[in-house]
Amino acid sequence: MIKGILGRKVGMTQLFTKEGTVEVVTVVEAGPCTVTQIKTAAKEGYNAVQLGFTAAKRLNGPEKGHLGKLGLFKHLREFRLDEAPDVEVGHKVDVTLFQPGDLVDVSGLSKGRGFAGVVKRHHFAGGPKTHGQSDRHRAPGAIGSGTTPGHIVKGLRMAGHMGNQRVTVKCLEVVKADPDRNLLLLKGAVPGAKDGLLEIRKSKKQVAKKPEAAKPEAKKPGK
Amino acid sequence: MDIKTVVETKVNENIPKINPGDTVKVKMKIIEGDQERSQTFEGVAIRVRRSGAGANFTLRKVFHGVGVERTFPFNSPRLEKVEVLRYGKVRRAKLHYLRQLSGKMARQKVKSKSKDELR
Repeated sequence: MIKGILGRKVGMTQLFTKEGTVEVVTVVEAGPCTVTQIKTAAKEGYNAVQLGFTAAKRLNGPEKGHLGKLGLFKHLREFRLDEAPDVEVGHKVDVTLFQPGDLVDVSGLSKGRGFAGVVKRHHFAGGPKTHGQSDRHRAPGAIGSGTTPGHIVKGLRMAGHMGNQRVTVKCLEVVKADPDRNLLLLKGAVPGAKDGLLEIRKSKKQVAKKPEAAKPEAKKPGK
Repeated sequence: MDIKTVVETKVNENIPKINPGDTVKVKMKIIEGDQERSQTFEGVAIRVRRSGAGANFTLRKVFHGVGVERTFPFNSPRLEKVEVLRYGKVRRAKLHYLRQLSGKMARQKVKSKSKDELR
């Protein structure tokens, strides 16, 4: 059973619930994906399916050869399976995989921040803004002691490259799945910029659907 | 694919068009304990954001000498009734300058339009 799908981040918006509270949702254009390869424990050592997403205009020879008559796909990603695959190459996966209330994990490439200082990268407080300070406003402060031990501890948080790495957000609730337009509405934020590629997987942890909150029985003075 | 074309924002048809400077009366359902009742707020619209699902307008009034501002989302299901009492004549989109004015100065900035426009 396939538990994941590929998607593209469209953007964020908000929805009003009946009670009048706002739910912040991310809109993801997910699927339809095509199974482009099947991997089995017998042959490759593990069970997985490879999914293709988004039509591509041009691909190089080896990629075309790999896809055969399935069409050309811009993105290929593998999804691990617990048991032997029960689908064949060419099988289509779409958002009907998910129901409202399901929990999903979403992986994507976070926005690149370039070479970032410690204030931005590690939430350091920086130095004092006044009292004769110069050039110390966003400095990291002391990074170690003196002659003993004579070196800087490994792994100390310093300035460096930030973002542009794979990030997974776990247990986002599916608010709505729209198979007609291939849209998924997820509660909360997902990694990356708009148009970024996302891998959406069913969470291992699935919480039972919350019972409907008891609504206040009140006189409604007519709408 | 753009977010604005994907999720259509339903326009709340019960709400009339509000422009900055208008005096507006809003009736809103609020939950008090386990009771539901409606509350009215009347004030001058000092800003209107019409874009997207989060479109809102802010009303300002002076209550017991204290300036009170409240922002209402156009799409909130809690809005019961919105009514424009007076159409204001202003030359700005955001009337934040009203915060610095008090008494007659604040009032003079909001002039009524001609009677036929009022309907």
